[in-house]
Amino acid sequence: MKLKITVLVTSVALLVMAFFSSAHQKALLFDVPPHFPAPVYPFEKNPLTEAGIELGRTLFYDALLSKDNTISCGSCHQQAAGFTQSGQALSRGINDLTTRRNAMPLVNLAWSSHFGWDGGVHDLDLFPMVPIQNEAEMNESLPNILEKLRKKRQYPVLFTKAFGSPDITDERFLKALSQFMLTMVSANSRYDRAVRHQGATFTPSERAGWILVERKCSGCHPEPLFTDFSFRNNGLASTVNDDPGQYGITLNNEDRYKFKVPTLRNVAVTAPYMHDGRFTTLEEVVAHYTGVEHGETLDHLLKRDRETGILGISLTPTEQADIVAFLRTLTDDSFLQDCRFAENKGL
Amino acid sequence: MRQSIFLLLLVSSLLGAFFQACQNNVGTVETGFITLRFDNVAGNQELKLGTSTYQNAVGESFTVSKFNYYVSNFRLKRTDGTEYVVPQNNSYFLIQEDKPESQTFTLANLPAGDYKSVSFLIGVDSLRSLADIGQRTGVLDPGLGTHDAMYWDWNSGYIFLKLEGTSSAVPSAQNNQFFYHIGGFGGGYNGKKTINNLRTITVPFGGDVASVTATSTPKINLTTDVLKVFNGNTTLSIAQHSSVMFENYSTTIADNYAQMVKYTNQTKQ
Ligand code: HEC
Ligand code: HEC
Repeated sequence: MKLKITVLVTSVALLVMAFFSSAHQKALLFDVPPHFPAPVYPFEKNPLTEAGIELGRTLFYDALLSKDNTISCGSCHQQAAGFTQSGQALSRGINDLTTRRNAMPLVNLAWSSHFGWDGGVHDLDLFPMVPIQNEAEMNESLPNILEKLRKKRQYPVLFTKAFGSPDITDERFLKALSQFMLTMVSANSRYDRAVRHQGATFTPSERAGWILVERKCSGCHPEPLFTDFSFRNNGLASTVNDDPGQYGITLNNEDRYKFKVPTLRNVAVTAPYMHDGRFTTLEEVVAHYTGVEHGETLDHLLKRDRETGILGISLTPTEQADIVAFLRTLTDDSFLQDCRFAENKGL
Repeated sequence: MRQSIFLLLLVSSLLGAFFQACQNNVGTVETGFITLRFDNVAGNQELKLGTSTYQNAVGESFTVSKFNYYVSNFRLKRTDGTEYVVPQNNSYFLIQEDKPESQTFTLANLPAGDYKSVSFLIGVDSLRSLADIGQRTGVLDPGLGTHDAMYWDWNSGYIFLKLEGTSSAVPSAQNNQFFYHIGGFGGGYNGKKTINNLRTITVPFGGDVASVTATSTPKINLTTDVLKVFNGNTTLSIAQHSSVMFENYSTTIADNYAQMVKYTNQTKQ
């Protein structure tokens, strides 16, 4: 009896210790910034490990994922451009083909629950299938990629390190990609340091812009993530192109021209803007909000300015300049230069 | 302290007893198998890919180059009216006309008894369509090269039925090709509803009884009539709808395929 109790007590103690040490490790691999809400990605079904993240990074930068081994995820999601494709309105993939939309920034994905401009994919783990199979992006198939990976010397080793055996399955492949992308957290811009009282200073114009963004934009781009991850029609002229947005997923007329609200973080480096990259400067974007198109599904927040009652958002030229000045404080250089997110050239 | 340790021990011994009890039960219940065969036909002809020409109710001639569909979530009704639900994990099958081995499969671990009908879904239910990649195994695995890709990456849903072929009703500019890729599991998407093309089919064994015992495995022969995809509640014209994928009209085709499976007979194995 005594022996049994000792065994029980020790095993309980061991379990508790194991729990705390794993929680501790997770905190190191994925730190929730103190001013951020809790992430929504279900980490329990894909616990981050150092080797899993490293495998994900290697895959992310491997052009083997495309049919002719020329395009990697990193071709369209470039770190210096906030993981968008620098300067491309519509992203370019395999055979120099043009895709339907602007490459989205990959940042703070652990807080998002639907992916793509139209939100068609409900699970980050399943998203990579989209670019992989798209004829203008990578034009490849999952079974082919897994075969190619099995034949390369380094991958069975990397998969063993990450998952305990050399088996290369789609679950492991997709979860490793997620692990890497989840670690891309940006929370260290000048704005963040100001919020955390870490001695960042703001010019009067930036400060005025901050207040304006809180007043005029936070209905859709709320702090600290600068998006509420909802799908809305922000009044872009539909004559420019006829991408129906979320309608393509729900076939519901109420969802026509609704797109995912993108984050404003690092927005100074992610030009061009919007789902089709129609605007090349932040000045154009902010000016757009003063003259939105009144389509049937225009978001109610843009139908009448809360202060002036006029369509869109009423902003004087000075106010527009202030907002742009504030948007530039959201650039997170430590994120854009973090070696952990760059291609590992050592492999 | 003493008390709580005692409690812990009590709980764990109770748990132990519980698990043991379950095991005992499994050992005593008699179980058996049912084999199901889906034979694809076109009216009263065998379906032959590529070679044979068939005609729909509109009078359009066509050939079939591909015919695939998911059947899932099997339930079997006993003669006493009670039902046995096949555990979901063993309940997904992809019937492919070009893979004869895919057209016959066996449901295992059925409680012995007399069964009078089977029902199942055409398609993959919403729960599984929203499931983690780890639960998408076998025919649901988009990474297995062993079966035709029946998956839409852009909405992470499955294509429930693929019917492709050629017909002179389609302009030669489109190579005379028609295709119907029907899916849509009803949403769960952002709490929003999308089109739902899941259809439940119930097939009574026409008065026959399939008696499952440990030693006898009935084989239920079913026929799936590809013409029913065209000729149902609505008559589908290839000329008017030469390609249907994720769009509202697809629900009409789903209503048609809800009628495509019939009971033929039972053979003993
Ligand atoms: C050819 C360019 C291209 C390639 C290659 C590419 N992407 Fe993308 N990515 C895009 C575009 C364009 C979008 C927006 C897609 C849409 O809405 O249809 C996007 C969106 C995303 C999103 C959604 C982000 C969000 O916030 O909703 C993720 C995640 C993503 N890509 C990851 C990847 C991964 C992982 C790879 C490699 C397997 C990859 N991408 C390869 C262009 C590309
Ligand atoms: C009604 C909701 C709503 C409001 C209010 C709103 N936005 Fe947006 N914003 C969106 C949506 C939706 C998009 C993406 C639209 C698209 O691509 O079709 C977007 C896109 C942007 C982009 C482009 C980002 C990129 O990566 O392409 C910027 C910059 C931006 N908004 C800034 C602002 C500013 C500044 C304000 C306030 C003056 C504001 N928004 C107010 C919904 C809103």
